[in-house]
Amino acid sequence: MNRRALWALLLTLGLAVAAAGCADPRNHTHAVYVLVDTSGTYAREAGKAQLIINYLLGTLQPGDSLAVARVQSRSFTEKDIIAKAMFDQRPSQANAQKRAFRDKTDAFLRTVQGSAYTDITGAMIQGAEFLNETGAGKKTILIFSDMQEELDKSTIRNFPISLKSIRVIAVNVTKLGTDNIDPRRYLGRLEAWQKRVEGAGASEWKVINDLERLDAIFATS
Amino acid sequence: MTSMRDWMIWPDNIVLSVLVLVLIAMVGLYAARAPMHGMIRAATYALATALRLAARWLFAAAAAMKERNKAVLLAQGRREVGQRIEREFERVGILVTRDLQGYPVLQRKLLEAITRIEEDYKKCGEVPPPPPDWVEAVAAVAQIKTGGGEVVQKILDEIRQSVEKIHDKAIGEYRRAYEERHDILEGALPFWRSIEKTLKLVDKRMSDLADNAAAVDVQMKKYQKIAAKTDEAESILSNSAFTQFNIAVVVLTIALGGAFVNFKLIALPMSEMVGAGDYITASLRTSEVAALVIILVEASMGLFLMEALRITHLFPRISNLSERARRRMIWISLTLLVILAGVEAALALMRDMLIADKQALLQSLAAAPAAAMSDGWVGRIPTAGQMVLGFILPFALAFVAIPLESFIHSGRNIGGSMLADLVRMLAFALRVLGNLTRHLGRLLLHFYDLLVVLPLMVEHLVKSLRGGGAKVSTRRLDSTGELKS
Repeated sequence: MNRRALWALLLTLGLAVAAAGCADPRNHTHAVYVLVDTSGTYAREAGKAQLIINYLLGTLQPGDSLAVARVQSRSFTEKDIIAKAMFDQRPSQANAQKRAFRDKTDAFLRTVQGSAYTDITGAMIQGAEFLNETGAGKKTILIFSDMQEELDKSTIRNFPISLKSIRVIAVNVTKLGTDNIDPRRYLGRLEAWQKRVEGAGASEWKVINDLERLDAIFATS
Repeated sequence: MTSMRDWMIWPDNIVLSVLVLVLIAMVGLYAARAPMHGMIRAATYALATALRLAARWLFAAAAAMKERNKAVLLAQGRREVGQRIEREFERVGILVTRDLQGYPVLQRKLLEAITRIEEDYKKCGEVPPPPPDWVEAVAAVAQIKTGGGEVVQKILDEIRQSVEKIHDKAIGEYRRAYEERHDILEGALPFWRSIEKTLKLVDKRMSDLADNAAAVDVQMKKYQKIAAKTDEAESILSNSAFTQFNIAVVVLTIALGGAFVNFKLIALPMSEMVGAGDYITASLRTSEVAALVIILVEASMGLFLMEALRITHLFPRISNLSERARRRMIWISLTLLVILAGVEAALALMRDMLIADKQALLQSLAAAPAAAMSDGWVGRIPTAGQMVLGFILPFALAFVAIPLESFIHSGRNIGGSMLADLVRMLAFALRVLGNLTRHLGRLLLHFYDLLVVLPLMVEHLVKSLRGGGAKVSTRRLDSTGELKS
């Protein structure tokens, strides 16, 4: 075989060799954990959560993971996970999984019951556990809540938590009646959460109140 | 500024301090003048020599490259023209075999026609028998005087009647004879036409042969020029290589467009086979690479097919295979190509189904009413089109082997020529740099002497006084930077 032929062969098979031996070791999958606040008056907002879930179902790729959990009085438990799925690598199977997921969350959100307290911290710890278990390269917790945490006396959550390498995005953070009287309460609440989340090692903290701009969920700052 | 003041001998009188410092520096520089000159001269000489040596080496390398390029170009040209001559000879051989094979028949046909015409000609030459020799007798009878005799008159009338009868008969015979000859000549007309047609055919074949012989002559002349390694042949071949290269680039670009369309057709459905979540690089999925590999394998099969068909000659081993092995290779590569084309058609169909499924999912998620899809044959046109494209494109890609070969062959010549030019340019630049360095050395020597101009003037004065002031010599720097009187 002469040199020209060798070059031609190398040109032809170069990428095949690259494909066989140079796989990117990084994990490119994305895992999203959605927390839906079902406490008090915020339970009425649950319908909007379906919009976000649908958006996520339409955007996530085969191989990505998605879980939806509710936030109630004590939420550090797997029982609060409404639906979870790791989408199949094959697009056709992933689409079928997404349909089933949509049906499951739709059924839950239509019959959601309000809870007395709001354990956001516990739900976040549970979410971080789930996300770390998926081993995804990009992990996100979406909190659909007014971010007003209310715990009963026996529930302990005032300890440092770990949200290392997790993006935390608060969506549809509605203003409470008291916030309207004194907006500093609302701003202070968000600031306190940002401080806590970033202190826990989260890679990003973001607030998205405009549900028309959900594409910002996947846009890293 | 404080540091500047530290250097001042008399900080309050800066001008005087600077002047004294300059004088001290001048004296110091004058003292170091000879070694400094030597150092500058040695450094610039070394640099200039190294640059000139490098330039000379590069010029030699460029010349060697040019020679090598010429040799490669001529060898390629010789091979190509040789192949063309071979083809022309094959064509002439076929023509000669075909025509000469039919030549005996043609000859027999011609001879038969000629014989027949000769016979007819002879028949035409047989004139009818001349009239009997009784013309003189008639003349004698005509001279007979009747003398008013009735008997004589009667005899003469009878003679006249009988002569007229005989005359009519003779005229009739003559006419019949000429009619027969006309019939014979008329009968010979098709044979004349046949001969004319046959001769025209012979003429056409001969002129074809002459054309082919002329084409062979042209190629032979070209071959002789190449064999003689003339500059004209090199120029023609390099122009031809450049044209071939451009054409090959254009065709390969078009083929790349086809490959891109092919890639788009199968990249998505490939994720059904190898998964959509694996990545080769941050933005390159394994499924995309797998699709690319399939396209490249198709191109390889096409390459092998073209090689086995002896259309291209990139792999001498394939060309040198035995006839049986070569035929097997043709069938194997063709079968694989057909299978891959079938796979691509199936993948194209799957792509359409996946897109439709994804679209349906997105519509259901958006809770929007599904757009009315045409179930008729119009709605199936894109699917059918994709499948047909998926099946055809691998075969179209197979023909990429031809421009690829042209690209590789002409690319060697173009690349080699460009590299030689680049090396020559580099050599020229180094040569210029070497000369600049040499002149820079001289400039530096002059500049150094300018810095110590006062001590030099003093030295000059002292020397002229010592020499009795008889002659004040002028000193100048020679080409090596040495001061000469």
